[in-house]
Amino acid sequence: MVEEIGTTEQGDLVINVGPQHPATHGVLHLVITLNGETVKKVEPHLGYIHRSIEKMCESLSYRQFIYATSRMDYLSSHINNHGCALAVEKALQIEVPERAQVIRVLMDELTRIASHVLWWGAMAMDIGAFTPFFHAFREREMINDIMEETCGARLTMNYMVPGGVMFDLHPNFHRRVKEFIRQFHKKLPEYDELVTGNAIFKARTRGVGVLSKEDAISYGCSGPTARASGVDCDIRKLYPYEVYGKLQFEQPLATEGDTYARYLVRMHEMRQSLSIVEQLIDNIPEGEFQAKTKAVLKPPKGEFYSRVETARGEFGVYIVSEGGTTPYRIKYRSPGFSNLSALDHAVRGQKIGDLVAIMGSFDLVIPDIDR
Amino acid sequence: MFLKEYISDIAGAVGSLLKGMRRTGWYFLHREEAITQQYPDNRDNMGLPERFRGEVVMPHNEQNEHRCTGCTACELACPNGTIKVVTKFEVNAEGKRKKAVDRFIYHLELCTMCNLCIEACPTDAIKMAQNFEHSVYDRSRLTKILNRPESRLQEGVE
Repeated sequence: MVEEIGTTEQGDLVINVGPQHPATHGVLHLVITLNGETVKKVEPHLGYIHRSIEKMCESLSYRQFIYATSRMDYLSSHINNHGCALAVEKALQIEVPERAQVIRVLMDELTRIASHVLWWGAMAMDIGAFTPFFHAFREREMINDIMEETCGARLTMNYMVPGGVMFDLHPNFHRRVKEFIRQFHKKLPEYDELVTGNAIFKARTRGVGVLSKEDAISYGCSGPTARASGVDCDIRKLYPYEVYGKLQFEQPLATEGDTYARYLVRMHEMRQSLSIVEQLIDNIPEGEFQAKTKAVLKPPKGEFYSRVETARGEFGVYIVSEGGTTPYRIKYRSPGFSNLSALDHAVRGQKIGDLVAIMGSFDLVIPDIDR
Repeated sequence: MFLKEYISDIAGAVGSLLKGMRRTGWYFLHREEAITQQYPDNRDNMGLPERFRGEVVMPHNEQNEHRCTGCTACELACPNGTIKVVTKFEVNAEGKRKKAVDRFIYHLELCTMCNLCIEACPTDAIKMAQNFEHSVYDRSRLTKILNRPESRLQEGVE
């Protein structure tokens, strides 16, 4: 990489952003080629937070490896665990009780709201507004408290086990979620007032970092990043898992593909997640929260794939089983990696000041990219 | 035309700024909305939920008895090798040799609080404590022996 440092063409400047840079929200290293203030090329360098999670999981049993996926996309750790549990259940053909399914979906949606709320605060902070960050943490804290009470941890819950969930819901769960719904309905207009309708924010984000529908598909983008470009890619709609097929919710789509569209899609998604929580919270069926499983899980020989929609896009788990107690091979398809690959395309030709805004709207979580 | 747009842009920006400042002013006047917690001054009444996972402990009763039979189910369930159970053979009153726990070694520095050991334990010998302030000056102090010295297995636990 030595020859890339310094000027490449007459008048070009190559600078490093990261790996320790506040705007990258993690140890992401971007090598940016600039022509004046215009970005010519962005080259992400990975490897600073590689922990070899895939290889690590191959030495763990089918019960044990689920916890490790919480450390990838730590903001939607519950949904990652969900994907793993689904793959193991598919392999062993375990029937998950209805109550466990509803609890899982409820927790998924709460996690999604928490993740998007944090993104909202961080995105506004990237643009230069500091106050929304604190507002976001206030609402996120309520969800974290709910998680802490029922799952036992705030971020890396490990609440999923093959066949259901680890504990039953806490007696306070219903009351606290109701309280959160009431509070969040009150605070969402405040979010819009502070950021969505802000003239400065609009000027910084509209028409910036446009990603066309074709590009979003060819780069393999998923989640809100792709939906803002008009790609119909919500796994919850396309391949419904658990109880998603029975629920009423919309898949927010936009056609502009710019930073503001990505912002709006995520804001809309929060409202949709809230409506899913509202639909489910009063209709949690009675029954078992965990199916009876054997003490040692031994899936048959074969390949199993499951996919879930995390807060950032499609998360896939691919398991190759040789019939033993540990998987032969595990591959994770994480949304962050593919979304990052589209960053270069979206940023080219933009100003360096907009790079942070575009990166913020992609909602990158670095341990998810580099696992 | 350009001038008109320019001025309306500035007016819009100032309007947005004032809108934001109105929110700030509202919070300034409504101090009851503040949610700041004065940690560590509020340590005594923080009230962590009972399921919160802080560290693995082994409860003992008044007679210095625990419920651990030394079956090593927790050791097998742990994904990180956090737990090491060293067993010994004890001769009971009838002269039979019986497996018992000698040292229950717990590496807090390796623990990810995943709760799998507690789920695996057949006799409920270990549980999660709500203590989360684990910082020490020496790393070796994080390796703990959970069964107390001279402790025995509780009567009736198989």
